[in-house]
Amino acid sequence: MPIWVYDCGMARVATTADAFNAVAEPRRRQILDVLAGGERPVNDLVGALGLAQPLVSKHLRVLREVGLVDSRDVGRQRMYRLDGHPLKPIHDWVKNYEQSWSQRFDRLDTVLEELKKMEDGGNG
Amino acid sequence: MVSSGTAVVTLPTDTQILITREFDAPRHLVYKAYTTPDLIKRWWSGDRGNVTSVEVDLRVGGKWRYVMTANAGFEVAFHGEFREIVPNERIVSTEVYEGMPDGEALDTATFSDVDGRTMLTIVMQLANKQDRDAIINSGMEGGMQEAYDHLEQVAASLR
Repeated sequence: MPIWVYDCGMARVATTADAFNAVAEPRRRQILDVLAGGERPVNDLVGALGLAQPLVSKHLRVLREVGLVDSRDVGRQRMYRLDGHPLKPIHDWVKNYEQSWSQRFDRLDTVLEELKKMEDGGNG
Repeated sequence: MVSSGTAVVTLPTDTQILITREFDAPRHLVYKAYTTPDLIKRWWSGDRGNVTSVEVDLRVGGKWRYVMTANAGFEVAFHGEFREIVPNERIVSTEVYEGMPDGEALDTATFSDVDGRTMLTIVMQLANKQDRDAIINSGMEGGMQEAYDHLEQVAASLR
């Protein structure tokens, strides 16, 4: 998964029950980064982030509430994993934005083709 | 229509927007199309409207201003000042969307050779995360049409 999919901070969403808000917090994006590498127990996240476990658990709770993180018990350990589906609205939004730029640059391509022809004509 | 690449938009830090695109043309021609008013008029609005005015005083301390009438009928304008100019290589300029005059950006456009083609890289640096979010969040508010109208401004504001 490309990093930008969840590396877009969105500060203005009123509710916490929303992927946009959930990924607005840098530490939560860090958790998603770690989980993008595979399922992990909370201790791994504590180690990777250098935060106290209660704080990591708090962030995990927010991520679970919006469905970005899922958990299951394996023996005595609770394993956490990433679920990318709630990121789709963010993905779609960046894509929209990208599309505007693509349209603009497609037109620039047309201008460049003409410039190339003019230059070839001038040299030949 | 010749299409030689895909625009890629990424958000490398909380205060930046990065846009990259490769063009099938030599660097000096991409630079020319990027800085010549009559040529800018032909591509800068994309499919979103018509460029009605382009002023470019291409020297350090010189000003630029672009005005577009969007398809929905409203007008959007952007202006800024050139801070650094290395012909065919790099342009650093400020950028202000006139509908949001407090959110000044510093744009760095870099033109580099890639096997006879040109990679255009635009880094838009905002003063803080709030300004960055104000630009990119505007497309998320309201209904679809409103969102697209905003998106139009957003797209144009990133130049």
